[in-house]
Amino acid sequence: MENTKKNWPLWEIFVRSKNGLEHRHFGSLHAADAEMAMENARDVYTRRNEGVSIWVVESKNITASNPSENGEMFEPAQDKVYRHPTFYDLPDEVKHM
Amino acid sequence: MSEKEVKNLEEIFEARIARDEKIEPKDWMPEKYRQTHIRQMSQHAHSEIIGMLPEGNWITRAPSLRRKAALLAKVQDEAGHGLYLYSACETLGISRDELYEQLHSGKAKYSSIFNYPTITWADMGAIGWLVDGAAIINQVPLCNTSFGPYARAMVRVCKEESFHQRQGFEIMLTLCRGTEEQKAMAQDALNRWWWPSLMMLGPTDAESIHTEQSMKWKLKRKSNDELRQQFIDQTVPQADLLGITVPDPDLKWNEETGHYDFGEIDWDEFWQVVKGHGPCNKERMKARVDAWNNGEWVRDAAMAHAEKNEKRKVAKAS
Repeated sequence: MENTKKNWPLWEIFVRSKNGLEHRHFGSLHAADAEMAMENARDVYTRRNEGVSIWVVESKNITASNPSENGEMFEPAQDKVYRHPTFYDLPDEVKHM
Repeated sequence: MSEKEVKNLEEIFEARIARDEKIEPKDWMPEKYRQTHIRQMSQHAHSEIIGMLPEGNWITRAPSLRRKAALLAKVQDEAGHGLYLYSACETLGISRDELYEQLHSGKAKYSSIFNYPTITWADMGAIGWLVDGAAIINQVPLCNTSFGPYARAMVRVCKEESFHQRQGFEIMLTLCRGTEEQKAMAQDALNRWWWPSLMMLGPTDAESIHTEQSMKWKLKRKSNDELRQQFIDQTVPQADLLGITVPDPDLKWNEETGHYDFGEIDWDEFWQVVKGHGPCNKERMKARVDAWNNGEWVRDAAMAHAEKNEKRKVAKAS
């Protein structure tokens, strides 16, 4: 038989702790398929009402940025001060803007 | 990479940790940092998994439904803690299978405390009270450790751990307020678990080979001896409250230091247990390896089922 020795793949688990909040990464676990990942996520990450909704994503489907390229990636935003409201001077008479 | 470049990266790395920045899995890290974390985190995960065995021994014999539900929940938490820690450890590029292989072959260690037997129900009380108590003292500082995934796993573990200690103390309290025989059971459990619990906090500072480096990486924030003193200082008054006696004739309050003085720990016993000659080392490993081997067909079947379903889905779509 093919693949019988294949290990269960890794899944990333995201949980919405209550309505109104976003799903947040909680951790990962191994499972044979999405359905089992969902069941395991319930038992591993929500034993004490930590969530109202769970997403499971197979880890291999996530593309991550590379920290060694953080310079090219994130530094260009640093000198764009005009994207922040404090860049603009207003007369004191304008109280709220 | 040249030696000079590595040295430069190492300096940047150490400076980041000194500034209390967290290290995430994909960041550059010295090989030794990676290996030390794999060793400590996997040892921690293995301890959670093996730690289910001594308590699992009493689930079917818990004296009431309330006790049984609590013990089941505690053991399930330990499985959960093992899983948080294994997956945090895997972010360092080691597979779950390799981690299990290291446990099963004896290459990786787990906490020596779990090689002692649980012979009466009072042992469930003593484990929760003392062993989980010592574990909490060890674990709380790790919520601030430098490696992000480990710190995050520990935050979750620590949140769940205090119920473990309370349920243990409640078992002890109930026994101590019961018949003479029940109180004697509680005393007997304290007699057997006290010294192993002190050993659980690790060798003395003079003997501990990893301490200095681990302090620098914030894998450790207090030395083994400091943690042990903290455990003793906090636990002795609890024993007094229970009305049972800590089995150490040299134990006494020291007005000057503001701490308890205590007797000599039998480190020969500790090293014997670490080296595999404790009362239950073989039994624990056998239970663990059997569970893994006997579950193999289930894991394979689940994988085969998943693959078949996947193929069916693809066929339907095309």
